[in-house]
Amino acid sequence: MNANNGINDESGKKVLIDVVGLRKVYGSKVVLDGVSEQIHEGERVVIIGPSGSGKSTFLRCLNCMEDPDGGKIIFNGDDIADMKVDINKHREKMGMVFQQFNLFNNKTVLQNITLAPVYLGKKRIRRAKIKNAFISVGNLFRKDKKTLLEVGDKSKVKADAEANAHRLLQRIGLDDRADEYPSRLSGGQKQRVAIVRALAMNPEVILFDEPTSALDPEMVGEVLELMKQLANEGMTMVVVTHEMGFAREVADRVFFMCDGNIAEKGTPEQIFKNPQNPRTKQFLDSIL
Amino acid sequence: MKKFFKKHWIDAIVIAAVAVFLYFGACSIYTKFRFAKKWNIFYDYFVVNHGYNKLVTGLKNTGIIAVSGLMIGIIIGTLIAVVKVIPPYKKITRYAQTVGNIYVAFFRGTPIVVQLLVGYYILLPLLSVNLPPVTACCLIFGLNSGAYISEIMRGGIKSVDPGQLEAARAVGLPFSVAMLKVVVPQAIKNILPTLGNEFIALIKETAVVGYVGAVDITKAFQDQGSNSYEYMIPYLVMALIYIVIVALIAAMIKLMERRLAKSERK
Repeated sequence: MNANNGINDESGKKVLIDVVGLRKVYGSKVVLDGVSEQIHEGERVVIIGPSGSGKSTFLRCLNCMEDPDGGKIIFNGDDIADMKVDINKHREKMGMVFQQFNLFNNKTVLQNITLAPVYLGKKRIRRAKIKNAFISVGNLFRKDKKTLLEVGDKSKVKADAEANAHRLLQRIGLDDRADEYPSRLSGGQKQRVAIVRALAMNPEVILFDEPTSALDPEMVGEVLELMKQLANEGMTMVVVTHEMGFAREVADRVFFMCDGNIAEKGTPEQIFKNPQNPRTKQFLDSIL
Repeated sequence: MKKFFKKHWIDAIVIAAVAVFLYFGACSIYTKFRFAKKWNIFYDYFVVNHGYNKLVTGLKNTGIIAVSGLMIGIIIGTLIAVVKVIPPYKKITRYAQTVGNIYVAFFRGTPIVVQLLVGYYILLPLLSVNLPPVTACCLIFGLNSGAYISEIMRGGIKSVDPGQLEAARAVGLPFSVAMLKVVVPQAIKNILPTLGNEFIALIKETAVVGYVGAVDITKAFQDQGSNSYEYMIPYLVMALIYIVIVALIAAMIKLMERRLAKSERK
């Protein structure tokens, strides 16, 4: 019933990522045991849980950073857990922010942001040109001629990407550091650049893998602030975090993961004020 | 003073004996080997009869073979190293990895002289390709150093944080581009000292290209020696030239390393 692009589920919202029976196994250890969940467009999902509960693995499976051992992940109408699907095409639309920032050390801040858009833009133009060549050869034999695809300007791709990157950097107040290497930035600045790098691809969803866990306490605020801004703009977000305050304030839904499955889910109110599952209670008691 | 001699008389005697020995040794070497005469012969052949022309050719060839060998080696080595780190999901990857392993096993398992002889005297005629010796040497040295550099490069790639590759894949870059634009540049920076070492080793290894008739530094001085029946000075000068070249390159590598480190911190 659900799953395909544009088809809504019972609640009437568009399903963006549909996870069906996701399994992940490391050796003999079952990390994800048949997780099924839907993430809707414009939804802010926060995943909490004790360490080793599989929440990071779940997130990393969503864009196939870890290859799932079973189940389906349906995104834009394709099952991206299937090895035959071109995963790169879908990863463009699924931004990811890592715990360790993972900015490219050999690129400046600006290059970090523009690397993928420039490459993919140029690749798209190359593809279009090749297709056009085929079409125009085919047109010689066709009665009703096919129209050629639109081919962008290669030199414009870079300029556009850079303008976009500068706009994004201005937004986080780091435009004056565009030509510096990541090693010169503080942790908070790095993470904000990493978020902006994901944004530069115009993703439909951004996955945050414990974005504040590797930061000094004083820098957590600036990163969370940026994430809140994104949330307010209606960006779909899936966040694994230990920042309960953030979860309470921003989340539409909170998943509590435990032993490879989602043990409890609900609005932040439900989860934090009135947890039903004893494991959730225990976890919240231990951290709050 | 008296105390000193009492304590160290054995040392004093040994030092004196060594000094006397060295003095007579030097005298006898000088008279026996007749340095002055040998130097004159060397000078005669090298300068007066334009023997240096051959050295210039030799220097040029050594440089060409070492540099192009390194270039080809880096390309082949990077290729093999990248193939080796691809997660082997597909059959074709596994085949490519096996080919890489065999390649490395072959080129590391045989001496470079053997590769030169087999390549130049057997394989090239078999393929009926007629290459000048220097070109053939470039190729074979490139293939050879490719095997070594692939292992160096693999270490370099492994030393780069796996998060870098993940981040590049996460923004939608394919594996090959992520490797080429993000991981390999960082790997090369990490392995630059080792790569410099490989270059130095390569320069010294080129001394065997005389086997297939290419004129390098060694061959130039060998010819000089056999022409004048006088080997000592040419060989000593040859050794000196190698030392100077290697020292120069070591200094250059150091400079390059410092510059690369600067680009990181700025």
